[in-house]
Amino acid sequence: MHLSNIETIPGKTIVAHYGIVSGSTVRAKHAGRDIMAGFKNIFGGELKAYTELLSESREEALSRMQEQAHSLGANAIVNVRFSTSSVAAGAAELYVYGTAVSVE
Amino acid sequence: MLDLIINIVLIVVPIMLGYFFGRRIERKHYDSIREREAAFASLPTTVLKHPIESHNITQATLVSGSAVISIDYFKRFLAGLRNIFGGNVTAYESLIDRARREAILRMKESAQGADEIINVRIETSSISKNSAKGNIGSVEALAYGTALRY
Repeated sequence: MHLSNIETIPGKTIVAHYGIVSGSTVRAKHAGRDIMAGFKNIFGGELKAYTELLSESREEALSRMQEQAHSLGANAIVNVRFSTSSVAAGAAELYVYGTAVSVE
Repeated sequence: MLDLIINIVLIVVPIMLGYFFGRRIERKHYDSIREREAAFASLPTTVLKHPIESHNITQATLVSGSAVISIDYFKRFLAGLRNIFGGNVTAYESLIDRARREAILRMKESAQGADEIINVRIETSSISKNSAKGNIGSVEALAYGTALRY
């Protein structure tokens, strides 16, 4: 599966469009992680557990989107965008969307 | 009287810890950011839709990087003071700057062997805001773009 966040896949031509595909994950605060994060809040610095959580949910959202594109018969997704929104207190959504296409 | 002293200690000690450790951690982080940015200076990274010069592109992949940086207690205290008087909260500016630059660097690190990264976007979010009590002050930055190989 080719992915890009520009309008084309460079070096290839788009032969068919399949419309919008998307994937999303909602991640929430974790009580165990929050204890460590609470300490880190005094000293500052990177919250490694939350960085991990963010990259996991990014991978998950991407793979959900790719699955959807695959089921449509596409072999590439162009113009991919990430977006975030706050769902409730202590939870956030990571949403990724793009246009499923076939390239040759 | 003892209660009052304990209360003051509970407020002052985290602020002092935040001041000393927070400054050190931030300085170390900035040193590391500058060093790695210099190492990646040869990798052109743009917000343009097309490569700077036209090349025969053989491969294009989506690359991304993320970082979550926490605030320290001293900065939070400063920001609290700022909330009374208004104005620029410089304590938070460096925090956001660090998170974004770190995310961009990680994106570049994940693009092994790329010749150029185009159309870079940066997204920020937080799972900590809106929670009324015991919230963790942190910034999450996510950078992504298309890595090209000539």
